[in-house]
Order: sequence, then structure tokens, then C-alpha cells
Amino acid sequence: MTMKFRTFIWFVGPSIFLMFLFIAAPLVSVFLGSFQITQPVVETVDIETCSAGFLAQTCTTETRTVPVLDEAGNTVTTTQWVGFLSYSRVLEPERAWAAISSFNYNALMQIDFWAALRFTLMFTLVTLPLVLGVGLAIALAVNNAAQSIKGPIIFISLLPFIITPVIGALSIRWLFIGDGILTRGLEAWLDRDLALFAQAWTIELMMLFYRVWHVAPFAFVIFYAGLQTVNKDTLESAIIDGATRWDRLRYVVIPHLMPLIVFVALIHLMDSYRVFEEIVGFTAQAHVISLQWLTYDFLAPDDAGNRAFSRASASAMLTMIGIVVLLIPLLRRTWRDHKGSSH
Amino acid sequence: MSDTPRAMRQPFGLKLGSAAFLAFWCLLASFPIFWIAVMSFKAPVDAFAANPLDVILGPATRASGDGLSILDIGLGVVVLFFTVKLAVGWLPRKVQDWAPGGQVWAGWIIGAVGYALAFVLIFFGLLPLVLGPLNAMLGPLGEPVLGLTTRHYEAVWVENEFYQNFLNSMLVTGGVVAISLTVGTLAGYGLARSGSNIAFWILIVALIFRALPHSVLVAGYLPFFVNSAEILSPWLGDTAPTLYGQPLAVIAVLVSINQPFTIWMLRSFFQNIPNELDEAARVDGCTHFQAFRWVIMPVMWPGVITTGLFSFLLAYNDFLVTSLLLDATNQTMVPAIAGYFNRETTTTDQVEAVAAAVSITAPLFLLVMIFQRQIVSGLTAGAVKG
Repeated sequence: MTMKFRTFIWFVGPSIFLMFLFIAAPLVSVFLGSFQITQPVVETVDIETCSAGFLAQTCTTETRTVPVLDEAGNTVTTTQWVGFLSYSRVLEPERAWAAISSFNYNALMQIDFWAALRFTLMFTLVTLPLVLGVGLAIALAVNNAAQSIKGPIIFISLLPFIITPVIGALSIRWLFIGDGILTRGLEAWLDRDLALFAQAWTIELMMLFYRVWHVAPFAFVIFYAGLQTVNKDTLESAIIDGATRWDRLRYVVIPHLMPLIVFVALIHLMDSYRVFEEIVGFTAQAHVISLQWLTYDFLAPDDAGNRAFSRASASAMLTMIGIVVLLIPLLRRTWRDHKGSSH
Repeated sequence: MSDTPRAMRQPFGLKLGSAAFLAFWCLLASFPIFWIAVMSFKAPVDAFAANPLDVILGPATRASGDGLSILDIGLGVVVLFFTVKLAVGWLPRKVQDWAPGGQVWAGWIIGAVGYALAFVLIFFGLLPLVLGPLNAMLGPLGEPVLGLTTRHYEAVWVENEFYQNFLNSMLVTGGVVAISLTVGTLAGYGLARSGSNIAFWILIVALIFRALPHSVLVAGYLPFFVNSAEILSPWLGDTAPTLYGQPLAVIAVLVSINQPFTIWMLRSFFQNIPNELDEAARVDGCTHFQAFRWVIMPVMWPGVITTGLFSFLLAYNDFLVTSLLLDATNQTMVPAIAGYFNRETTTTDQVEAVAAAVSITAPLFLLVMIFQRQIVSGLTAGAVKG
């Protein structure tokens, strides 16, 4: 007795309405906005300025561009279709191509978008195996621990996961900042001065460390739950067959956890692709930026109070294309499973 | 251990290695948070001292007259210990006992707020009152040994009016949790009970929406929000609001961004509730809505509490959306802290930023303490069902 379609719509309607209004519609508007540019209308006016002088006034005429104002005194703006102009302003294809064809890596990294793309992809792909590995290691170790200390350990492990990401990044930053305690310790140990926030690679290392620290608990909790349902009989027969501890982990435990590993990988892929809070917390924008930070920067008002909406839309669309490409393999798998299960 | 098969028993080396790894992980997990908490209570000289012992003991802070005696520490630890113990054991039991069937969530809110208030009153009100004269009577035992000052917290909360950011955060977070759950519960139930293809496609589209970076969406809202008074005026006339800077608009945005995750999670909870339960109600002549109201709602609270926790975390921790869509007058706590570390020119500013950071973390700390079980079971249920 499944639900009638009309009833179904009543139940899911509000949720779909919200997702349509605040996710689907903005996507369309970003898509359209990425091909448009809104600018204030300007006109050139000749302004004659005269100053009093002896016998005759000295007059100079200069041509200035001033924004056109409407009756209310607001700037009049026009919106024009400009094709891929905003995209090429973000991607800077000529500069990028010149850098690529002359094998000049540093020149390519001078362009914000390509630098952001490199960092975002590197960040996503490096943290993924680390998060899975560390999460699994903690899960196995906790599973091994005495019953009485499991509760406190889970509590402590959850702390990095629930902490506000910006604050988490800040807490790591304060340890490593110029006079932070760990920098002082490292300096004493290595007997040299360290400035961990002065170059890109040390900041990137700290960001990678922060992200693994932040997400490994999530992987841990999920894997730990999975470990509780490993079939004891299979394990025992593996022992009778003479499987070593390592073999049992590899051929019994890991295959059992596989769906969970895929789940954690999927969530982590989505979340680490939108790396952003690290940049804010470490104030890293002078050295390292990510794709999401690039869009954020276009959207935030500059010193004159203007927001670069067109370039923000273009970089947002490019960011979105990236995550869709990353997710296609997983979506195809889900689709195959769905078709398989419905027949 | 005696009934474990011999081959399952672990060699000593493995046990030791595993225990050492766990100890190291716990240190790693808690150290940064522990350390900023310690720093926030010290004078700047101590907070950034080279010697870790100076940071912990705070000689400069003590020299300036702020400190705790052995008696203070002893009593404080006892009170804290019982606070934690009661929060983990006694409070959940009382809430379960006292809250009427369907309103466990309300019980939790009232219980948590009341408990927090009682703790603040006892710890910061009653304890100093008692300890002041006691320390004076005890002489050398009452001398301060541990430097500790709440000066930075006073600067942050009173002088810089951080409480306004706190109230804004509570408004946004509360709104997001309430609306998210209402809308999400209905949708999650519908999706769990409908076997149709549309339900599958809605879930897949939601999955893609879940993957979208939030800046992509904000790029869509911002031009509209800034100019909304102009754009909406043909329909709404002069009452058309400027949505930019409106907490309500931010609540709507965060609820929507959170919907994909919420409906996935609640759907998996509802799938765990046997279908026979509402079918029985339907056979007795209930409509789907009545079955939902009278049969499902009483048993759905564990799932709703867990999902609510995650909505809370999303709204409370958000930086990107709130910093772009709210202006300075109704800023929430997390974007407000950016103001601190952007201007941290003196070490005092830095320690004030640390105190603000710890203030933001403290409620989350309490949350995990109370809801640890729910968080773990929620993550598990969500994951196992996919």
C-alpha cells in the first residue's frame, strides 16, 4: 500500500519548494548572470572650470566620465549580454596558454583561477586517503580498547568534528603562529627561526593537517559502527583457515566496510572540494586560495564597495562543473544500482 | 576475555601499539582546543610565553593579582565533575521521565537551558561568594597558585557587545533548526513511504544539490538580495524589503541549503520504522496525515533529535553565507570573529580573539557532552542506510 502521488506531493511539497526557490532558481540565475555584465551607465561631459584671474578669467575645459543618475539620484545601470567575457576574465586563457606552451608553471600559478584549481584538487585528493586511513585506524584501535574507556575516547574524538571550522583552523593557527607554543617548540628543537605563515607550502601542510584532524573523527564513528556488525562466524572460519590478522583485515573486515568507505569518500569529496574556512582561519589568501574562496572574494565588496557579480557567477559555474565531473562516476554507479534493484 | 578464542587474542605488542596510538590521537584531538581554552584565561604575556608551563600556570597573570588558590581549584573541579556526571546520567533520565510523550524535544530544550543557567549561577555566582571569605580565612592555602583572569571574556562580551552576535546566532540557528525539521520530517516521511521513481530522482537531485559549494548559491542570491526592494516593488509596492541583512532571509537560505542532507537522513530513519505500523493505522481508517501525526510522530524523536543536531551545527558553524548575506548590525558570532583576527595588532587583541573563539566553542562542547549518544547513533543510521 504505497502512497498516492497526491499525498506524496503534499508531504514533500514544502521541501521541494524550498530547494527549488533557493537552490535550483539561484543556479539558473548564476548561469544567466555569468553571461551578463551589469555596469553603471556613464556619459562624458565637458566641464569648464574657471578661476578668477587678472583682466580675464582663466578657464580650463576637461572631459570627464560621470555616472548617469536618475531622478532619485541613484546610478542608472545597464545589463548587457557579453558571452564568455566573464569566463575569460576568470580563466585568462591567453595568459594561461602562453604559460602552458612555454612550460612556465609559476606563470600559470600567477593566475588566480588556476592556482585555486590546483590547490582545491590537490587538497581534495591528498586528504581523501588520509581521512579514510586515519579514520579506519582509530576505529580499529577503539574497537580494540577496553569497554570502560570507549565512551570518553569517543567524546574526545568527536571534538575536532563538531568544532566550528573557522575556529578549528584558528586554534591550529594560534599554535603555529610566530610566538605560538608549537612554533617555539620546533624552533628550540631545530635550533633555527621558523616563519610558518610566510610561504605557501607550510600553510598548505597546516591546512591538510587541519582537515584530516577535523574529518577523521567522522570517518572513525562510521567505520566504528560498521565494525560492530562484522560477522563473527566469518572471522572465526577465517582463523580456522589459517588467515593472519592482516589477511582477516584485508579479506573480511575491509570488504564488509566497503559501502561505508564509499559513503565517507563521497561525503568527503563534496566537503573538501569546497575548502574555504581554512583560508579564512589561516588568513592564507596572500599565498593560497581555493575555488570557493575565489567566488567569495568576487562577491565580497571591494574597497570601493563594488561586488564583481559577473566574475563571481562565472567562477561559481566553473566550480560547479568541477564537482559534477568529480561526482559523475559515483552517480553512474548509483544509477546502475537503482536500475539493477528495480528489475 | 577467557571465552575469546586463542587465535583472536592479541599479542602484547599489538595491544601496546594500539593503546599508544589511541593515546596519541586523543592528545592530538583535544590539544588545540584545550590550549586555546587555557590561553584565553591568561594575561597576554603568559598566553604567548615560550615555556608551556608558564602558559598553564600564568605567573604574570598571578602577579597582576588574578589567580586561583588550591581551595578554589579543588572546589571548582568537584563542581565541574558533578556537572558533567549529572549532565550525562541524571539529566537525560529526568527529561525522559518528565516530558510528555510527543514533546521530548521541548523537554530537552527546557532541560538543557535550565541546566546551563543553574550551572552558570552556581559556578560563577555562588562559588566566588563562598570562596572569597574562605580563602581569606585559610591564609597560605588561600594564596593564588594558578594565574587566571576572565578579563578577556569581559572585554569580548561586555565591551565589544559580543552578546548581540550571540543573540543573532541563536535567532538564526533556532530558526534554521525549527523550520528544517518541520519541512524535512514531512519530506523524509513521504520519500520513505513512496516507492515511486520520482522519489528516487528527488533524492538523486538532492544529492547533487548537497555537493554544490555554498558560494555558488550565494552568487545567485546576492544580486537579488541587494536589489530586492527595487525588484519586488512592482508586486509589493513600498513595503518591498531589502533582503540583504535580514536574518529571516538567511534562515530561509540555510534551511534550503540544509534540506538535501536533512531529507536523506530523515528518510533513512523513517525506513527503519516498520511500514506495518502506519499500515495498521491506515486499515483502521486513518489518512496518511493522521497516521503520520498519531502513529509516526510519537516514535520518530530519536531521528529528529539527531537530524536537528546536524542542522544546528550547520547553522551555528556557518561562515560563508552569514558573512556575505548579513551586515554588521546583525552579524552572527562566527563571521564576527573575523573582525577580531583581522585587527589583531596587539597581543591583547589576539588573546581577546582567542577568548571569543572559546566562547563560540563552549556551547558546542556542551552539546556533544549531552548528545554524544545521539550523534553517534545518528551518523551510524545515516551511513548504514546510505
